[in-house]
Amino acid sequence: MSDVLAITEHRQGELRDVSSELVTVGSELAAQQGGALHLGIIGGDVDAFADELSLEGVETIHTVDHGDEFNHDVYTQATAQLFGAVEPSTLLLPNSVNGLDYAPAVASTLDIPLVTDAIGISRDGGLEVTREMYGSKVETTVAVDADVAAVSVRPAEWEPTTDAGDPSIESFDADIDEDAVKSTVTGFEAVAGGDVDISEADFLISIGRGIEEEDNLPLIKDLVEATDATLSSSRPIVDNGWLPKNRQVGQSGKVVTPDVYLAIGISGAVQHVAGMKGSDTIVAINTDPNAPIMDLADYAIVDDLFDVVPALTDALE
Amino acid sequence: MKILVTVKEVAEAEDDFDIAGLDIDERYLEFDLNEWDEYAIEEAVQIKEDGDDVEVVSVTIGPERAEETIRMGLAKGVDRAIRVWDDAFEDAGMLDPKTKADLLSAVVEAEEPDLVLTGVQAGDDSFGATGVTLAESIDFEWGAVVNALDLDADAGVASVHRELEGGIEELTDIELPAVLTIQTGINEPRYASLRGIRQAQSKPLDLHELDDIGLDDEALESPLSRTAMYEPESEGDATVFEGSAEETATELASLLRDVGVVEG
Repeated sequence: MSDVLAITEHRQGELRDVSSELVTVGSELAAQQGGALHLGIIGGDVDAFADELSLEGVETIHTVDHGDEFNHDVYTQATAQLFGAVEPSTLLLPNSVNGLDYAPAVASTLDIPLVTDAIGISRDGGLEVTREMYGSKVETTVAVDADVAAVSVRPAEWEPTTDAGDPSIESFDADIDEDAVKSTVTGFEAVAGGDVDISEADFLISIGRGIEEEDNLPLIKDLVEATDATLSSSRPIVDNGWLPKNRQVGQSGKVVTPDVYLAIGISGAVQHVAGMKGSDTIVAINTDPNAPIMDLADYAIVDDLFDVVPALTDALE
Repeated sequence: MKILVTVKEVAEAEDDFDIAGLDIDERYLEFDLNEWDEYAIEEAVQIKEDGDDVEVVSVTIGPERAEETIRMGLAKGVDRAIRVWDDAFEDAGMLDPKTKADLLSAVVEAEEPDLVLTGVQAGDDSFGATGVTLAESIDFEWGAVVNALDLDADAGVASVHRELEGGIEELTDIELPAVLTIQTGINEPRYASLRGIRQAQSKPLDLHELDDIGLDDEALESPLSRTAMYEPESEGDATVFEGSAEETATELASLLRDVGVVEG
Protein backbone atom coordinates (compact mmCIF):
# COMPACT_ATOMS: atom_id res chain seq x y z
CA MET A 1 0.00 0.00 0.00
CA SER A 2 2.92 2.38 -0.49
CA ASP A 3 3.44 1.87 -4.20
CA VAL A 4 2.81 4.25 -7.09
CA LEU A 5 1.03 3.19 -10.28
CA ALA A 6 1.47 5.49 -13.29
CA ILE A 7 -0.46 5.04 -16.54
CA THR A 8 1.51 5.94 -19.65
CA GLU A 9 0.24 7.47 -22.88
CA HIS A 10 0.72 6.78 -26.57
CA ARG A 11 -0.85 7.90 -29.82
CA GLN A 12 -0.67 6.64 -33.39
CA GLY A 13 2.12 4.20 -32.62
CA GLU A 14 4.33 6.42 -30.50
CA LEU A 15 4.74 6.93 -26.79
CA ARG A 16 4.06 10.48 -25.73
CA ASP A 17 6.70 12.42 -23.81
CA VAL A 18 4.59 12.57 -20.68
CA SER A 19 5.16 8.81 -20.23
CA SER A 20 8.84 9.15 -19.30
CA GLU A 21 8.05 12.29 -17.30
CA LEU A 22 5.63 10.18 -15.26
CA VAL A 23 8.57 7.87 -14.52
CA THR A 24 10.47 10.82 -13.02
CA VAL A 25 7.68 12.10 -10.80
CA GLY A 26 6.50 8.58 -10.04
CA SER A 27 9.89 7.31 -8.87
CA GLU A 28 10.44 10.42 -6.72
CA LEU A 29 7.06 9.91 -5.09
CA ALA A 30 7.56 6.15 -4.67
CA ALA A 31 10.83 6.84 -2.84
CA GLN A 32 9.03 9.24 -0.47
CA GLN A 33 6.32 6.66 0.14
CA GLY A 34 8.85 3.87 0.67
CA GLY A 35 7.33 1.89 -2.17
CA ALA A 36 7.94 0.93 -5.77
CA LEU A 37 6.90 2.46 -9.09
CA HIS A 38 4.64 0.41 -11.37
CA LEU A 39 3.84 1.50 -14.91
CA GLY A 40 0.73 0.59 -16.86
CA ILE A 41 0.73 0.46 -20.67
CA ILE A 42 -2.69 0.02 -22.21
CA GLY A 43 -3.09 -0.81 -25.89
CA GLY A 44 -0.87 -0.28 -28.91
CA ASP A 45 2.40 -2.18 -29.42
CA VAL A 46 2.72 -2.87 -25.71
CA ASP A 47 5.94 -4.93 -25.97
CA ALA A 48 7.80 -2.24 -27.88
CA PHE A 49 6.48 0.44 -25.51
CA ALA A 50 7.55 -1.66 -22.50
CA ASP A 51 11.09 -1.91 -23.91
CA GLU A 52 11.19 1.82 -24.43
CA LEU A 53 9.94 2.47 -20.89
CA SER A 54 12.38 0.08 -19.21
CA LEU A 55 13.83 3.04 -17.33
CA GLU A 56 15.60 3.63 -14.06
CA GLY A 57 13.27 3.73 -11.09
CA VAL A 58 10.59 1.47 -12.57
CA GLU A 59 10.08 -1.82 -10.73
CA THR A 60 7.33 -3.43 -12.77
CA ILE A 61 5.66 -2.69 -16.10
CA HIS A 62 2.17 -4.08 -16.57
CA THR A 63 1.06 -4.38 -20.19
CA VAL A 64 -2.59 -4.58 -21.20
CA ASP A 65 -2.74 -5.79 -24.79
CA HIS A 66 -6.13 -4.45 -25.84
CA GLY A 67 -6.76 -2.27 -28.89
CA ASP A 68 -4.46 0.01 -30.86
CA GLU A 69 -5.50 3.49 -29.78
CA PHE A 70 -6.84 5.25 -26.71
CA ASN A 71 -10.46 4.56 -25.86
CA HIS A 72 -11.66 6.08 -22.61
CA ASP A 73 -14.01 3.23 -21.74
CA VAL A 74 -11.23 0.65 -22.17
CA TYR A 75 -8.71 2.82 -20.31
CA THR A 76 -11.12 3.39 -17.44
CA GLN A 77 -11.80 -0.31 -17.01
CA ALA A 78 -8.19 -1.44 -17.47
CA THR A 79 -6.81 1.23 -15.12
CA ALA A 80 -9.34 0.38 -12.42
CA GLN A 81 -8.45 -3.31 -12.68
CA LEU A 82 -4.70 -2.64 -12.62
CA PHE A 83 -5.27 -0.44 -9.60
CA GLY A 84 -7.03 -3.36 -7.89
CA ALA A 85 -4.14 -5.70 -8.65
CA VAL A 86 -1.26 -3.37 -7.74
CA GLU A 87 -2.98 -1.68 -4.78
CA PRO A 88 -0.96 1.54 -4.95
CA SER A 89 -1.48 4.42 -2.56
CA THR A 90 -1.09 6.94 -5.39
CA LEU A 91 -2.34 6.59 -8.95
CA LEU A 92 -0.64 8.95 -11.39
CA LEU A 93 -2.23 9.84 -14.72
CA PRO A 94 -1.25 12.33 -17.41
CA ASN A 95 -3.13 15.63 -17.45
CA SER A 96 -3.20 15.44 -21.23
CA VAL A 97 -6.31 15.80 -23.38
CA ASN A 98 -6.79 12.04 -23.14
CA GLY A 99 -6.09 12.19 -19.41
CA LEU A 100 -8.97 14.69 -19.11
CA ASP A 101 -11.09 12.07 -20.88
CA TYR A 102 -10.54 9.19 -18.43
CA ALA A 103 -8.79 10.26 -15.20
CA PRO A 104 -12.01 11.63 -13.63
CA ALA A 105 -13.90 8.47 -14.63
CA VAL A 106 -11.24 6.23 -13.07
CA ALA A 107 -11.25 8.20 -9.81
CA SER A 108 -15.05 8.17 -9.73
CA THR A 109 -15.22 4.41 -10.43
CA LEU A 110 -12.68 3.68 -7.71
CA ASP A 111 -14.26 6.25 -5.40
CA ILE A 112 -10.93 7.90 -4.66
CA PRO A 113 -10.16 11.64 -4.66
CA LEU A 114 -8.63 13.21 -7.74
CA VAL A 115 -6.38 16.26 -7.92
CA THR A 116 -5.67 17.42 -11.47
CA ASP A 117 -2.89 19.27 -13.25
CA ALA A 118 -0.22 18.83 -10.57
CA ILE A 119 3.01 20.78 -10.88
CA GLY A 120 4.35 19.40 -7.59
CA ILE A 121 3.57 16.31 -5.49
CA SER A 122 4.89 15.27 -2.11
CA ARG A 123 3.88 12.80 0.54
CA ASP A 124 5.24 13.73 3.93
CA GLY A 125 2.60 12.15 6.06
CA GLY A 126 -0.36 13.14 3.90
CA LEU A 127 -0.39 13.68 0.18
CA GLU A 128 0.08 17.31 -0.86
CA VAL A 129 -0.27 18.58 -4.42
CA THR A 130 0.89 21.92 -5.83
CA ARG A 131 -1.24 23.38 -8.61
CA GLU A 132 -1.93 26.73 -10.21
CA MET A 133 -5.05 28.88 -10.17
CA TYR A 134 -6.30 32.04 -11.85
CA GLY A 135 -4.43 31.48 -15.11
CA SER A 136 -1.05 30.78 -13.48
CA LYS A 137 -1.17 33.96 -11.40
CA VAL A 138 -0.98 32.01 -8.14
CA GLU A 139 0.08 28.61 -6.90
CA THR A 140 -1.85 26.64 -4.31
CA THR A 141 -1.22 23.57 -2.23
CA VAL A 142 -4.01 21.06 -1.89
CA ALA A 143 -3.98 18.54 0.96
CA VAL A 144 -5.65 15.19 0.32
CA ASP A 145 -7.34 13.65 3.34
CA ALA A 146 -7.38 10.04 2.12
CA ASP A 147 -5.05 7.04 2.20
CA VAL A 148 -5.40 6.46 -1.51
CA ALA A 149 -5.71 9.11 -4.23
CA ALA A 150 -5.33 9.83 -7.93
CA VAL A 151 -3.28 12.76 -9.24
CA SER A 152 -3.02 13.89 -12.83
CA VAL A 153 0.32 15.37 -13.76
CA ARG A 154 0.94 18.36 -16.02
CA PRO A 155 2.91 17.38 -19.13
CA ALA A 156 6.37 18.93 -19.65
CA GLU A 157 6.61 19.94 -15.97
CA TRP A 158 9.04 17.17 -14.95
CA GLU A 159 12.17 16.20 -16.87
CA PRO A 160 11.84 12.87 -18.65
CA THR A 161 13.78 9.90 -17.25
CA THR A 162 16.23 8.66 -19.88
CA ASP A 163 18.55 6.28 -17.98
CA ALA A 164 17.83 2.63 -18.67
CA GLY A 165 16.59 0.35 -15.91
CA ASP A 166 15.66 -3.26 -15.56
CA PRO A 167 12.02 -3.58 -14.60
CA SER A 168 10.13 -6.83 -14.81
CA ILE A 169 7.54 -6.81 -17.57
CA GLU A 170 4.28 -8.60 -16.85
CA SER A 171 1.31 -9.08 -19.10
CA PHE A 172 -1.92 -8.12 -17.32
CA ASP A 173 -5.06 -9.86 -18.47
CA ALA A 174 -7.70 -7.14 -18.13
CA ASP A 175 -11.29 -8.27 -18.36
CA ILE A 176 -12.83 -5.59 -20.59
CA ASP A 177 -16.63 -5.53 -20.68
CA GLU A 178 -17.24 -4.63 -24.34
CA ASP A 179 -20.91 -3.82 -23.64
CA ALA A 180 -19.72 -0.94 -21.49
CA VAL A 181 -17.63 0.47 -24.34
CA LYS A 182 -20.05 3.03 -25.73
CA SER A 183 -17.68 5.23 -27.67
CA THR A 184 -15.80 4.41 -30.84
CA VAL A 185 -12.78 6.22 -32.18
CA THR A 186 -13.28 6.32 -35.94
CA GLY A 187 -10.14 8.20 -36.99
CA PHE A 188 -7.81 11.14 -36.68
CA GLU A 189 -7.61 14.38 -38.57
CA ALA A 190 -4.78 16.88 -38.82
CA VAL A 191 -5.89 20.47 -38.60
CA ALA A 192 -5.68 22.14 -42.01
CA GLY A 193 -2.15 23.24 -42.78
CA GLY A 194 -2.96 26.11 -45.11
CA ASP A 195 -0.45 28.28 -46.90
CA VAL A 196 1.83 29.13 -43.99
CA ASP A 197 3.87 26.87 -41.72
CA ILE A 198 4.65 28.99 -38.67
CA SER A 199 7.01 26.31 -37.35
CA GLU A 200 9.36 27.11 -40.26
CA ALA A 201 9.62 30.83 -39.52
CA ASP A 202 12.80 32.50 -38.16
CA PHE A 203 10.95 35.51 -36.80
CA LEU A 204 7.46 35.19 -35.38
CA ILE A 205 5.35 38.11 -34.27
CA SER A 206 2.67 36.62 -32.10
CA ILE A 207 -0.43 38.34 -30.77
CA GLY A 208 -2.78 37.54 -27.92
CA ARG A 209 -5.82 38.81 -26.08
CA GLY A 210 -4.13 42.18 -25.50
CA ILE A 211 -4.98 43.20 -29.06
CA GLU A 212 -8.57 43.46 -27.80
CA GLU A 213 -10.42 43.83 -31.12
CA GLU A 214 -10.20 42.49 -34.64
CA ASP A 215 -10.13 46.11 -35.85
CA ASN A 216 -6.72 46.47 -34.20
CA LEU A 217 -5.12 43.75 -36.32
CA PRO A 218 -3.87 46.16 -39.04
CA LEU A 219 -1.58 47.71 -36.44
CA ILE A 220 0.19 44.38 -36.11
CA LYS A 221 0.05 43.62 -39.82
CA ASP A 222 1.92 46.87 -40.50
CA LEU A 223 4.68 45.70 -38.18
CA VAL A 224 4.73 42.25 -39.78
CA GLU A 225 5.08 43.86 -43.19
CA ALA A 226 7.83 46.23 -42.06
CA THR A 227 9.86 43.36 -40.60
CA ASP A 228 9.05 40.59 -43.06
CA ALA A 229 8.14 38.43 -40.06
CA THR A 230 5.48 35.73 -39.89
CA LEU A 231 2.30 36.35 -37.92
CA SER A 232 1.14 33.87 -35.30
CA SER A 233 -1.11 34.03 -32.26
CA SER A 234 -2.29 32.53 -29.01
CA ARG A 235 -5.51 30.59 -28.77
CA PRO A 236 -8.14 33.31 -28.15
CA ILE A 237 -7.33 35.01 -31.46
CA VAL A 238 -8.05 31.78 -33.34
CA ASP A 239 -11.12 31.00 -31.22
CA ASN A 240 -12.48 34.40 -32.20
CA GLY A 241 -11.91 33.59 -35.85
CA TRP A 242 -9.54 36.55 -36.36
CA LEU A 243 -6.76 34.29 -37.64
CA PRO A 244 -6.89 30.77 -39.10
CA LYS A 245 -6.06 27.74 -36.98
CA ASN A 246 -2.70 27.19 -38.67
CA ARG A 247 -1.43 30.38 -36.99
CA GLN A 248 -1.97 29.08 -33.46
CA VAL A 249 1.05 28.50 -31.23
CA GLY A 250 0.60 26.20 -28.24
CA GLN A 251 -0.41 22.83 -26.93
CA SER A 252 -3.27 22.34 -29.36
CA GLY A 253 -1.61 24.31 -32.16
CA LYS A 254 1.98 24.31 -33.38
CA VAL A 255 5.22 24.02 -31.48
CA VAL A 256 7.60 26.69 -32.76
CA THR A 257 11.31 27.38 -32.24
CA PRO A 258 12.11 30.59 -34.16
CA ASP A 259 15.25 32.72 -33.70
CA VAL A 260 13.02 35.46 -32.27
CA TYR A 261 9.54 35.14 -30.81
CA LEU A 262 7.95 38.54 -30.22
CA ALA A 263 4.93 38.06 -27.94
CA ILE A 264 2.59 41.05 -28.08
CA GLY A 265 -0.25 41.19 -25.58
CA ILE A 266 0.19 37.53 -24.67
CA SER A 267 0.00 36.67 -20.96
CA GLY A 268 1.70 33.30 -21.37
CA ALA A 269 -0.80 30.69 -20.23
CA VAL A 270 0.75 27.26 -19.78
CA GLN A 271 -0.88 25.89 -22.94
CA HIS A 272 0.70 28.68 -24.97
CA VAL A 273 4.10 28.39 -23.35
CA ALA A 274 4.19 24.69 -24.26
CA GLY A 275 4.33 25.77 -27.89
CA MET A 276 7.01 28.49 -27.81
CA LYS A 277 9.37 28.03 -24.89
CA GLY A 278 12.02 26.53 -27.18
CA SER A 279 12.42 29.81 -29.10
CA ASP A 280 16.00 31.17 -29.14
CA THR A 281 15.14 34.71 -28.08
CA ILE A 282 11.81 35.63 -26.52
CA VAL A 283 10.67 39.26 -26.40
CA ALA A 284 7.48 40.26 -24.61
CA ILE A 285 5.46 43.46 -24.88
CA ASN A 286 2.86 43.52 -22.12
CA THR A 287 1.35 46.00 -19.68
CA ASP A 288 1.50 43.47 -16.83
CA PRO A 289 5.02 43.07 -15.39
CA ASN A 290 3.82 39.96 -13.53
CA ALA A 291 2.40 38.16 -16.56
CA PRO A 292 3.75 34.59 -16.78
CA ILE A 293 5.31 35.40 -20.19
CA MET A 294 7.78 37.66 -18.34
CA ASP A 295 9.28 34.59 -16.62
CA LEU A 296 10.30 33.28 -20.02
CA ALA A 297 11.22 36.50 -21.77
CA ASP A 298 14.83 37.41 -22.51
CA TYR A 299 13.78 41.01 -23.26
CA ALA A 300 10.66 42.82 -22.18
CA ILE A 301 8.85 46.09 -22.63
CA VAL A 302 6.31 46.81 -19.91
CA ASP A 303 4.05 49.21 -21.74
CA ASP A 304 0.91 49.55 -23.80
CA LEU A 305 1.21 47.67 -27.08
CA PHE A 306 -0.88 50.37 -28.78
CA ASP A 307 1.95 52.84 -28.09
CA VAL A 308 4.94 50.55 -28.59
CA VAL A 309 3.91 48.70 -31.75
CA PRO A 310 3.42 51.79 -33.98
CA ALA A 311 6.69 53.21 -32.64
CA LEU A 312 8.45 49.94 -33.44
CA THR A 313 7.01 49.90 -36.93
CA ASP A 314 8.28 53.48 -37.44
CA ALA A 315 11.72 52.57 -36.10
CA LEU A 316 12.02 49.66 -38.52
CA GLU A 317 10.61 51.19 -41.67
CA MET B 1 -35.09 16.37 -26.26
CA LYS B 2 -33.63 18.07 -23.25
CA ILE B 3 -30.12 19.52 -22.91
CA LEU B 4 -28.67 20.39 -19.53
CA VAL B 5 -25.79 22.87 -19.55
CA THR B 6 -23.70 23.16 -16.41
CA VAL B 7 -22.35 26.67 -16.01
CA LYS B 8 -20.11 28.30 -13.46
CA GLU B 9 -19.49 31.88 -12.52
CA VAL B 10 -15.74 32.21 -12.21
CA ALA B 11 -13.47 34.81 -10.71
CA GLU B 12 -10.75 36.48 -12.71
CA ALA B 13 -7.92 38.23 -10.92
CA GLU B 14 -6.72 41.70 -11.81
CA ASP B 15 -3.07 42.17 -12.77
CA ASP B 16 -2.25 43.57 -9.36
CA PHE B 17 -3.78 41.76 -6.43
CA ASP B 18 -3.27 40.74 -2.83
CA ILE B 19 -3.84 37.35 -1.31
CA ALA B 20 -5.95 37.26 1.84
CA GLY B 21 -5.62 33.89 3.55
CA LEU B 22 -6.33 31.08 1.11
CA ASP B 23 -7.67 33.13 -1.79
CA ILE B 24 -7.14 36.35 -3.67
CA ASP B 25 -8.77 39.26 -1.86
CA GLU B 26 -12.24 39.62 -3.36
CA ARG B 27 -11.59 43.30 -4.10
CA TYR B 28 -9.23 42.18 -6.88
CA LEU B 29 -11.58 39.62 -8.39
CA GLU B 30 -14.05 40.11 -11.20
CA PHE B 31 -16.85 37.61 -11.57
CA ASP B 32 -18.08 36.49 -14.95
CA LEU B 33 -19.45 33.49 -16.82
CA ASN B 34 -16.75 30.87 -17.35
CA GLU B 35 -15.36 31.27 -20.87
CA TRP B 36 -15.73 27.57 -21.78
CA ASP B 37 -19.35 27.59 -20.58
CA GLU B 38 -20.19 30.39 -23.01
CA TYR B 39 -19.37 27.98 -25.82
CA ALA B 40 -21.35 25.18 -24.16
CA ILE B 41 -24.42 27.45 -23.90
CA GLU B 42 -24.06 28.52 -27.54
CA GLU B 43 -23.76 24.90 -28.67
CA ALA B 44 -26.91 23.94 -26.77
CA VAL B 45 -28.87 26.92 -28.11
CA GLN B 46 -27.79 26.12 -31.68
CA ILE B 47 -29.00 22.52 -31.27
CA LYS B 48 -32.31 23.90 -30.00
CA GLU B 49 -32.62 26.24 -32.98
CA ASP B 50 -31.81 23.45 -35.45
CA GLY B 51 -34.22 20.94 -33.95
CA ASP B 52 -37.84 20.54 -32.92
CA ASP B 53 -38.92 20.55 -29.34
CA VAL B 54 -35.52 20.93 -27.69
CA GLU B 55 -35.42 22.40 -24.21
CA VAL B 56 -32.21 23.89 -22.81
CA VAL B 57 -31.82 24.08 -19.04
CA SER B 58 -28.80 25.51 -17.25
CA VAL B 59 -27.61 24.49 -13.81
CA THR B 60 -25.17 26.41 -11.64
CA ILE B 61 -23.68 25.71 -8.23
CA GLY B 62 -23.24 29.21 -6.88
CA PRO B 63 -24.32 32.00 -4.54
CA GLU B 64 -26.99 34.60 -5.26
CA ARG B 65 -24.36 36.84 -6.87
CA ALA B 66 -24.24 34.33 -9.78
CA GLU B 67 -27.82 35.08 -10.82
CA GLU B 68 -26.74 37.95 -13.06
CA THR B 69 -24.44 35.60 -14.94
CA ILE B 70 -27.14 32.95 -15.13
CA ARG B 71 -29.55 35.52 -16.60
CA MET B 72 -27.08 36.17 -19.41
CA GLY B 73 -27.48 32.53 -20.44
CA LEU B 74 -31.25 32.92 -20.35
CA ALA B 75 -30.91 36.03 -22.51
CA LYS B 76 -28.95 34.03 -25.08
CA GLY B 77 -31.61 31.36 -25.45
CA VAL B 78 -31.49 29.06 -22.42
CA ASP B 79 -35.11 28.27 -21.51
CA ARG B 80 -34.81 28.05 -17.74
CA ALA B 81 -32.18 27.88 -15.08
CA ILE B 82 -31.50 26.09 -11.82
CA ARG B 83 -29.21 27.41 -9.12
CA VAL B 84 -28.02 25.01 -6.44
CA TRP B 85 -27.06 26.71 -3.20
CA ASP B 86 -27.60 26.44 0.50
CA ASP B 87 -26.41 28.27 3.61
CA ALA B 88 -24.30 25.18 4.28
CA PHE B 89 -22.09 26.10 1.29
CA GLU B 90 -20.87 29.21 3.11
CA ASP B 91 -18.97 27.05 5.59
CA ALA B 92 -18.00 24.34 3.15
CA GLY B 93 -14.36 24.10 2.09
CA MET B 94 -13.06 23.28 -1.35
CA LEU B 95 -15.62 21.37 -3.39
CA ASP B 96 -13.82 18.58 -5.22
CA PRO B 97 -15.06 17.20 -8.58
CA LYS B 98 -16.86 14.29 -6.90
CA THR B 99 -18.73 16.60 -4.53
CA LYS B 100 -19.84 18.81 -7.40
CA ALA B 101 -20.78 15.78 -9.49
CA ASP B 102 -22.93 14.46 -6.63
CA LEU B 103 -24.80 17.77 -6.47
CA LEU B 104 -25.26 17.85 -10.25
CA SER B 105 -26.27 14.15 -10.31
CA ALA B 106 -29.23 14.98 -8.15
CA VAL B 107 -30.32 17.60 -10.68
CA VAL B 108 -29.78 15.21 -13.60
CA GLU B 109 -31.96 12.61 -11.90
CA ALA B 110 -34.79 15.12 -11.58
CA GLU B 111 -34.41 16.62 -15.07
CA GLU B 112 -33.54 13.47 -17.06
CA PRO B 113 -31.68 15.23 -19.91
CA ASP B 114 -30.57 13.41 -23.06
CA LEU B 115 -27.40 15.44 -23.33
CA VAL B 116 -25.32 17.34 -20.79
CA LEU B 117 -22.88 19.99 -21.98
CA THR B 118 -20.18 21.44 -19.73
CA GLY B 119 -17.12 23.57 -20.35
CA VAL B 120 -13.78 21.71 -20.53
CA GLN B 121 -12.67 23.49 -17.37
CA ALA B 122 -13.33 26.49 -15.18
CA GLY B 123 -11.05 29.44 -15.79
CA ASP B 124 -10.33 29.99 -12.10
CA ASP B 125 -9.36 26.61 -10.64
CA SER B 126 -8.82 24.77 -13.97
CA PHE B 127 -9.68 21.38 -12.49
CA GLY B 128 -11.22 20.09 -15.72
CA ALA B 129 -12.81 17.07 -14.07
CA THR B 130 -16.42 17.80 -13.13
CA GLY B 131 -18.01 16.83 -16.46
CA VAL B 132 -16.44 13.40 -16.82
CA THR B 133 -16.87 12.69 -13.10
CA LEU B 134 -20.56 13.52 -13.50
CA ALA B 135 -20.83 11.22 -16.53
CA GLU B 136 -19.38 8.29 -14.61
CA SER B 137 -21.62 9.02 -11.60
CA ILE B 138 -24.85 9.04 -13.60
CA ASP B 139 -23.85 6.24 -15.97
CA PHE B 140 -23.84 8.46 -19.06
CA GLU B 141 -21.28 8.07 -21.84
CA TRP B 142 -18.97 11.06 -22.33
CA GLY B 143 -16.41 12.88 -24.42
CA ALA B 144 -13.88 15.44 -23.19
CA VAL B 145 -12.45 18.46 -25.03
CA VAL B 146 -14.98 18.46 -27.87
CA ASN B 147 -14.42 21.05 -30.60
CA ALA B 148 -16.94 19.82 -33.17
CA LEU B 149 -20.30 18.20 -32.52
CA ASP B 150 -22.73 16.57 -34.92
CA LEU B 151 -25.76 15.25 -33.09
CA ASP B 152 -27.97 12.47 -34.51
CA ALA B 153 -30.68 12.34 -31.88
CA ASP B 154 -32.72 9.70 -33.74
CA ALA B 155 -29.78 7.31 -33.94
CA GLY B 156 -28.78 8.29 -30.40
CA VAL B 157 -25.23 9.15 -31.38
CA ALA B 158 -23.07 12.25 -31.01
CA SER B 159 -20.24 12.34 -33.54
CA VAL B 160 -17.55 14.59 -32.11
CA HIS B 161 -14.06 15.83 -32.73
CA ARG B 162 -11.84 15.83 -29.67
CA GLU B 163 -9.04 18.39 -29.82
CA LEU B 164 -5.84 16.51 -29.02
CA GLU B 165 -2.39 18.08 -28.68
CA GLY B 166 -0.35 19.23 -31.65
CA GLY B 167 -3.09 20.06 -34.13
CA ILE B 168 -4.57 16.55 -34.23
CA GLU B 169 -8.26 15.86 -33.74
CA GLU B 170 -9.76 12.53 -32.74
CA LEU B 171 -13.05 11.57 -34.38
CA THR B 172 -15.30 9.68 -32.00
CA ASP B 173 -18.88 8.39 -32.00
CA ILE B 174 -20.47 8.59 -28.57
CA GLU B 175 -23.73 6.90 -27.59
CA LEU B 176 -26.39 9.04 -25.95
CA PRO B 177 -27.20 9.92 -23.24
CA ALA B 178 -23.83 11.60 -22.83
CA VAL B 179 -21.88 14.36 -21.15
CA LEU B 180 -19.69 16.38 -23.50
CA THR B 181 -17.10 18.85 -22.26
CA ILE B 182 -16.93 21.72 -24.74
CA GLN B 183 -13.72 23.41 -25.89
CA THR B 184 -13.47 27.09 -26.75
CA GLY B 185 -13.64 27.87 -30.46
CA ILE B 186 -16.29 25.20 -31.26
CA ASN B 187 -18.70 28.00 -32.28
CA GLU B 188 -19.12 31.75 -32.13
CA PRO B 189 -20.98 32.64 -28.94
CA ARG B 190 -23.64 35.24 -29.68
CA TYR B 191 -24.22 38.47 -27.86
CA ALA B 192 -27.48 38.73 -26.01
CA SER B 193 -30.03 40.86 -27.84
CA LEU B 194 -32.00 43.53 -26.01
CA ARG B 195 -35.12 41.49 -26.63
CA GLY B 196 -33.35 38.42 -25.19
CA ILE B 197 -32.30 40.35 -22.11
CA ARG B 198 -35.89 41.52 -21.57
CA GLN B 199 -37.27 38.00 -22.02
CA ALA B 200 -34.69 36.57 -19.63
CA GLN B 201 -36.23 38.55 -16.78
CA SER B 202 -39.39 36.45 -16.95
CA LYS B 203 -37.75 33.04 -17.52
CA PRO B 204 -37.72 30.67 -14.53
CA LEU B 205 -34.59 30.69 -12.34
CA ASP B 206 -35.18 28.27 -9.50
CA LEU B 207 -33.13 27.91 -6.35
CA HIS B 208 -32.62 24.33 -5.18
CA GLU B 209 -31.31 23.93 -1.65
CA LEU B 210 -29.70 20.68 -0.52
CA ASP B 211 -32.97 19.49 0.96
CA ASP B 212 -34.77 20.09 -2.36
CA ILE B 213 -32.44 17.73 -4.22
CA GLY B 214 -32.51 15.07 -1.55
CA LEU B 215 -29.10 15.78 -0.03
CA ASP B 216 -27.81 17.09 3.29
CA ASP B 217 -24.68 18.78 4.66
CA GLU B 218 -22.72 15.54 4.37
CA ALA B 219 -22.81 15.94 0.59
CA LEU B 220 -20.43 18.87 0.97
CA GLU B 221 -17.72 16.94 2.77
CA SER B 222 -14.69 16.91 0.51
CA PRO B 223 -11.40 15.03 0.96
CA LEU B 224 -9.52 17.98 -0.57
CA SER B 225 -8.62 21.19 1.17
CA ARG B 226 -6.60 24.14 0.04
CA THR B 227 -3.80 24.72 2.54
CA ALA B 228 -1.88 27.57 0.93
CA MET B 229 -1.97 30.14 -1.85
CA TYR B 230 0.99 32.25 -2.87
CA GLU B 231 2.45 34.12 -5.80
CA PRO B 232 5.04 31.98 -7.56
CA GLU B 233 8.54 33.37 -7.39
CA SER B 234 9.46 35.00 -10.64
CA GLU B 235 11.99 32.92 -12.52
CA GLY B 236 12.40 35.68 -15.03
CA ASP B 237 15.68 37.39 -15.76
CA ALA B 238 14.47 39.46 -18.68
CA THR B 239 16.30 42.59 -19.71
CA VAL B 240 13.57 45.21 -19.40
CA PHE B 241 13.79 48.16 -21.81
CA GLU B 242 12.88 51.34 -19.93
CA GLY B 243 11.64 54.68 -21.18
CA SER B 244 8.96 56.09 -23.44
CA ALA B 245 7.35 53.96 -26.15
CA GLU B 246 9.64 55.57 -28.73
CA GLU B 247 12.73 54.81 -26.64
CA THR B 248 11.86 51.21 -25.90
CA ALA B 249 10.80 50.65 -29.51
CA THR B 250 14.16 52.00 -30.72
CA GLU B 251 16.03 49.66 -28.38
CA LEU B 252 13.96 46.69 -29.54
CA ALA B 253 14.51 47.64 -33.17
CA SER B 254 18.27 47.58 -32.72
CA LEU B 255 18.04 44.25 -30.90
CA LEU B 256 16.12 42.75 -33.83
CA ARG B 257 18.75 44.11 -36.23
CA ASP B 258 21.59 42.75 -34.08
CA VAL B 259 20.03 39.29 -33.93
CA GLY B 260 19.67 39.49 -37.69
CA VAL B 261 15.95 38.82 -38.13
CA VAL B 262 15.39 42.23 -39.68
CA GLU B 263 17.62 43.96 -42.19
CA GLY B 264 19.34 47.27 -41.72
